Amino acid sequence: MAGKVKWVTDIEKSVLINNFEKRGWVQVTESEDWNFYWMSVQTIRNVFSVETGYRLSDDQIVNHFPNHYELTRKDLMVKNIKRYRKELEKEGSPLAEKDENGKYLYLDFVPVTYMLPADYNLFVEEFRKNPSSTWIMKPCGKAQGKGIFLINRLSQIKKWSRDSKTSSFVSQSTKEAYVISLYINNPLLIGGRKFDLRLYVLVSTYRPLRCYMYKLGFCRFCTVKYTPSTSELDNMFVHLTNVAIQKHGEDYNHIHGGKWTVSNLRLYLESTRGREVTSKLFDEIHWIIVQSLKAVAPVMNNDKHCFECYGYDIIIDDKLKPWLIEVNASPSLTSSTANDRILKYNLINDTLNIAVPNGEIPDCKWNKSPPREVLGHYEILYDEELAQGDGAERELRSRPGQTPGPKGGRSRDTGRTVLTTWK
Amino acid sequence: MLQEESDLSLIIAQIVQKLKGSNLYAQLERQAWASLQRPEIRLESLKEDIKEFFKITGWEKKLQNAVYSELNVYPLPRHPAAPPEHLKEPLVYMRKAQGSWEKRILKSLNSMCTELSIPLARKRPVGQQKELLNKWNEMGTDEPDLSLFRPVYAPKDFLEVLINLRNPNYENGDSLSFRTHLGLIQVPLKVKDIPELKECFVELGLNTGQLGIDDSTQVPPDILYYEQLKTNVIQHDLLVDSLIYKDVKLTASNDDYYFVFEDYLYQVLLCFSRDTSVLGHFAYNSASPPKSYIRGKLGLEEYAVFYPPNGVIPFHGFSMYVAPLCFLYHEPYKLYQTFREMYVRFFFRLHSISSHPSGIVSLCLLFETLLQTYLPQLFYHLREIGAQPLRISFKWMVRAFSGYLATDQLLLLWDRILGYNSLEILAVLAAAVFAFRAVNLMEVTSLAAAEAVLADLSTLKVMPLLQIFLFATVT
Repeated sequence: MAGKVKWVTDIEKSVLINNFEKRGWVQVTESEDWNFYWMSVQTIRNVFSVETGYRLSDDQIVNHFPNHYELTRKDLMVKNIKRYRKELEKEGSPLAEKDENGKYLYLDFVPVTYMLPADYNLFVEEFRKNPSSTWIMKPCGKAQGKGIFLINRLSQIKKWSRDSKTSSFVSQSTKEAYVISLYINNPLLIGGRKFDLRLYVLVSTYRPLRCYMYKLGFCRFCTVKYTPSTSELDNMFVHLTNVAIQKHGEDYNHIHGGKWTVSNLRLYLESTRGREVTSKLFDEIHWIIVQSLKAVAPVMNNDKHCFECYGYDIIIDDKLKPWLIEVNASPSLTSSTANDRILKYNLINDTLNIAVPNGEIPDCKWNKSPPREVLGHYEILYDEELAQGDGAERELRSRPGQTPGPKGGRSRDTGRTVLTTWK
Repeated sequence: MLQEESDLSLIIAQIVQKLKGSNLYAQLERQAWASLQRPEIRLESLKEDIKEFFKITGWEKKLQNAVYSELNVYPLPRHPAAPPEHLKEPLVYMRKAQGSWEKRILKSLNSMCTELSIPLARKRPVGQQKELLNKWNEMGTDEPDLSLFRPVYAPKDFLEVLINLRNPNYENGDSLSFRTHLGLIQVPLKVKDIPELKECFVELGLNTGQLGIDDSTQVPPDILYYEQLKTNVIQHDLLVDSLIYKDVKLTASNDDYYFVFEDYLYQVLLCFSRDTSVLGHFAYNSASPPKSYIRGKLGLEEYAVFYPPNGVIPFHGFSMYVAPLCFLYHEPYKLYQTFREMYVRFFFRLHSISSHPSGIVSLCLLFETLLQTYLPQLFYHLREIGAQPLRISFKWMVRAFSGYLATDQLLLLWDRILGYNSLEILAVLAAAVFAFRAVNLMEVTSLAAAEAVLADLSTLKVMPLLQIFLFATVT
């Protein structure tokens, strides 16, 4: 195709710009004609706002879905997942099966969460059932660990709500909602330290859902030893693994940045816990990512000009159960170490190869189904179209009511890319 | 014949003696007592019945394993007239070289003591003991000022010593011949050539599938022993502790693979330095444990103590012998046992001067001979530009490649060390790495450039590399 892609970004990161330049793309300003805009979440809000009424043409592509916040705002994500579970239950789907305690067998992957102040009474009820529990308070709209704190007494939350009402400084943001989630107080520790997983997931379309998992995720480690003791509740370095937070800790190491590759994690778990439980864990992680995307797919504005690369944050507990903590719309592209820079450069490179095939001027009407060879470190996580064809066939063969559960149909280590075939 | 029999009974007696002190022995005894309650054990045939019971219950297998593992480290019977030091090292010039190297290390350690006016060892005040106990699981968060400490030696210092080794009885002659060894190591030791290596590593043949071992063998855990060592660490402060701290901070703490295990490394290495059972390996190690004397009694043998208590002075990179094992064990005491076993069987040979086929001198020579013989063009090229290959590969071999390979690959390599009961595979791999990067290496014109080509080994796949080098590259 003739012509070079004209790009704009409002995020001045070398991993982006180097990738654009490598493709021979031409930088333009926002007010000129552009084909590709890598934008912040603030900008996407303006682009798609009713007032600007911006119309994207067929040769324009952006890196966010208009209402990505359905997934990436903590409160909305939980709301959508709760709704999704109820719908499946109503349909009588086997996925919504519950155990004797009323917990979902396959869909219980987000820690118990309430909106504050809206669900305050529900929260108090739950808290009283288990008064020794610890909860984590997070502002809905903020990222990188800002505004987060832990509580383990009701009085603390009363004080918080009083303070936020009286303080004049906060008054403008009284509408700022918080979520309060049950704190995972039995995280899996490695070398005595707590960590979470950062995994990258690319969605090229929501309806039909097509998503890719980036193979090079990493674990983020706390620099300070984990202690569940309540006296350390104020020490955020113990509890939060966000690099933005950990960087301020004295022990932050600038060579590895507290980051450990997922392949290290896999090797460690296979050796210490066994191959089978490790495979199950990774299958479950893939499962909860797909379920979270399915939960938001019906409400997502599936704009054909959009793709999105999400940063999934997952915590694994000591029983090797993964928990979805949150999803980020703008995963950090800041490189904390040399390896990190390579990883993020490759992440963007592979993302662009899928989103903008051949680096040519985009045509948003293409079927968004790239050939295997261009996937790079991505692998297909779920392809609804393929799964439906496959699934229909499968349904004929399998007994009705049999759950395709998290154990479902992935064979691994066979050297070929395997499609996930859960429904 | 008579000689052989008496040798055998001597070996049996010594192994019985050794096992009597073990945990397994106590367990066997308990099992035997408990078995008396069983109906199938009859007084008339007590001995046979208990033997049968051990067989059925699997205890016999455990005993066999224990005997086998003792035999594994048991030195071959020697000539009755040979003095005990021959068991450590038969060659006089090697013994002498090792002796003077030890003196150098000890001198350096002592002068550090004097400079910093820190005692080699002291009892910790009770307050400090408590403090250490409390932070046992997070010693890494402690940031003592270690700027004045320096590693007692680094691999490259050790290499210089090996380069200067000479056999005084060996006349090299002036004339160059195809036999002349053009590498850095100039002592005549017998090392294997490729046909011999092929025979030795026949299981690595191209048509043999190479697997890792999934399940770890059941080492009977000895928590109590580990706890005793830990108590010892809590009570006494040793100068080598600071060296261990410094080493972990300089190496594993900065390593992408191992930083997570920083605290485990302290927990293992500090205990290791107190473990006097490690002294046993000096019976077959060319090195001898350094001695120190109680204050004021310098030179009086009755006041001599081994320092550190395990007789091993850590050097720069020592903690990398432990680091990869952290991937295998969740509990520090299990990790400890495995590390100690690996050390007294293998790793000590990587920093002692000896003529043993697994000793570092033989490994260096094997590496250089392989390159010179089978990749002569590469070897001469590198030598011409002042990049003697051993200058690059030495550190890999001294650390058994720990910190250079990806962990999964490293463990595959260490599996083979265990399987073949030999470290020679390290030299073969080092040569295989050079062969693999030969095309790029032929283009470089300086040591720095050659080092750059070989700086990152983390993408290498060990097994195919070894297989191809041994069975497909040269004939």
